[in-house]
Amino acid sequence: MTPARTRLFALLACALLLALFPLFGGTFYVQLIAKVMILAIFAMSLDLLIGYTGLVSFGHAAYFGLAGYALALLGPKYEAASLWWSLPAAMAVCALFALVTGLLVLRTKGIFFIMVTLAFAQMLYFVFHDTKLGGGSDGIYIYNKPELKIGDFALANLDKIEHFYYFVLILMLAVYLLLRRVLGSTFGRALVGIKVNEHRMQALGFPVFRYKLASYVLAGALGGLSGYLAAVQFGFVNPEILSWHKSGQVMMMVILGGMGTLYGPVLGAFAFVLLQETFSNQAWFGSLAKHWQLAMGGFVVLVALYLPRGLAGLIERKAQPAVEEEEKPKEKP
Amino acid sequence: MSEPILRTHELTKRFGGLVAVDKVSLELHVGEVHAVIGPNGAGKSTLTNLLSGDLPPTSGTVQFENRDIAGLPSDRISRLGVGRSYQKTNIFLPFTVFENCRLAAQSRAPRAWRVWRGAGVFGDTNRQAEAAMEAAGLAHRRERVAATLSHGEQRQLEIAMCLATQPRLLLLDEPLAGMGPHESHRMVDLIRKLSEGHAIMLIEHDMDAVFAVAHKLTVMVNGEVIESGTPETVRASPAVQLAYLGGEDNLHG
Repeated sequence: MTPARTRLFALLACALLLALFPLFGGTFYVQLIAKVMILAIFAMSLDLLIGYTGLVSFGHAAYFGLAGYALALLGPKYEAASLWWSLPAAMAVCALFALVTGLLVLRTKGIFFIMVTLAFAQMLYFVFHDTKLGGGSDGIYIYNKPELKIGDFALANLDKIEHFYYFVLILMLAVYLLLRRVLGSTFGRALVGIKVNEHRMQALGFPVFRYKLASYVLAGALGGLSGYLAAVQFGFVNPEILSWHKSGQVMMMVILGGMGTLYGPVLGAFAFVLLQETFSNQAWFGSLAKHWQLAMGGFVVLVALYLPRGLAGLIERKAQPAVEEEEKPKEKP
Repeated sequence: MSEPILRTHELTKRFGGLVAVDKVSLELHVGEVHAVIGPNGAGKSTLTNLLSGDLPPTSGTVQFENRDIAGLPSDRISRLGVGRSYQKTNIFLPFTVFENCRLAAQSRAPRAWRVWRGAGVFGDTNRQAEAAMEAAGLAHRRERVAATLSHGEQRQLEIAMCLATQPRLLLLDEPLAGMGPHESHRMVDLIRKLSEGHAIMLIEHDMDAVFAVAHKLTVMVNGEVIESGTPETVRASPAVQLAYLGGEDNLHG
């Protein structure tokens, strides 16, 4: 069986498991897994930057939060917004923000890139935290979940957690397949080339800045998709969703899961949230539960030391994340 | 003689007080290997960087096919038809030999918006990559990961990637560096073969190789051209013997 086919079967099996989960899991867990899947979209969008373009962004929460605020501010206050325009609008706002900031931040490299992405995200944080624009530090409630209707027919009622769960599941799979496709294209190959050796890509005739900008905008828009879904699920937005903690968390998910693998960050999101739930469970850890971040930190250190390629490294033994399978068909398993 | 494909006029690069390349004027022709020689620090690599766009010149002009390319970014110059190889091997180590070449060839037909098609389906790109591997003698290493190649093979891959971009002018920066005698010999043959359809500027320390393939020679010392002409002229030049070669014997050595 070729690795591509193995991956397809694994994907179908996981999709089936997740699809069946609401039939068995209680509401709390269905909520929790929906939240995880949203974070998985978020982590995949960051992996496009870190794992495939070599851009270590420490400000990815900007898109997560901005999309939530876009929904809260652009939508009608006491009625439900239509998903058909509010979702594309939220993603467009994020894409635009990525385009404008990308023109600046992509001129920097390495540690400076990390700092400048962080700075832009923090600027957004303080815009929403310190002005009345988005309700200050209290944030804004989103009283009604967006409607998903064709004419008068409701395709799904996002108020119902099962409907919302399946909606998120479909979007997560769609984002995965979209990014797989994009990464297998000439565009995706060029991105990986830039990650491996940007200087040579430029010397070969690639306008690397434009490629990086395109990747940055796509990652921003998809990060926006996850932020929009999170705002819908929780029914309010506050500045915390823009903070650097959020950027750090999603980065940990990507590293924990294995950057440059796309499915790794999905695993990372599951591992991160499930561990967080475990370590902060008072029934199991008593008064230590408050300090779950300590245990989590220890876990991340262990993974970094012993699994430099993340959880995905456990699955894939071959050390070639960047090269697609079709080109090494004669490989032994 | 035909029109030169590339012509520089008083090309100069200063780094602060240091003049690395000082008013260099030279002409490169299709069908000719033009070797630039000189001791370390003579400014040969800097000259290459000025022609390839890796560095902008301080002053002077570079005409490529009657177009001023001085100061253009390296990707533009590459797309116009100037390919270069690097003195220090500069390849995509985690990729296979084929993918290195395919990516190089892809730069000629980027198709960046065709995100729904797999990168491997474009026949023209694949053929260019195959042809480049074949020409550089790497076809039997097609599926090998570049990092696992021998040093000599990595140098060949460096040339193959350059060829895959289908340049009309090749700037080869010490292609023989660190190669054994057998590999060197193959590379010299390759350069000679390539000179038929290309203009080649060759920077090289190996004098045997230089005199074996070069039609023209330019000798640089401290950023300046001290002699330029046919191998015979350069061999006979007292200035060259004095400043660089230190005695006639080395020229034959």
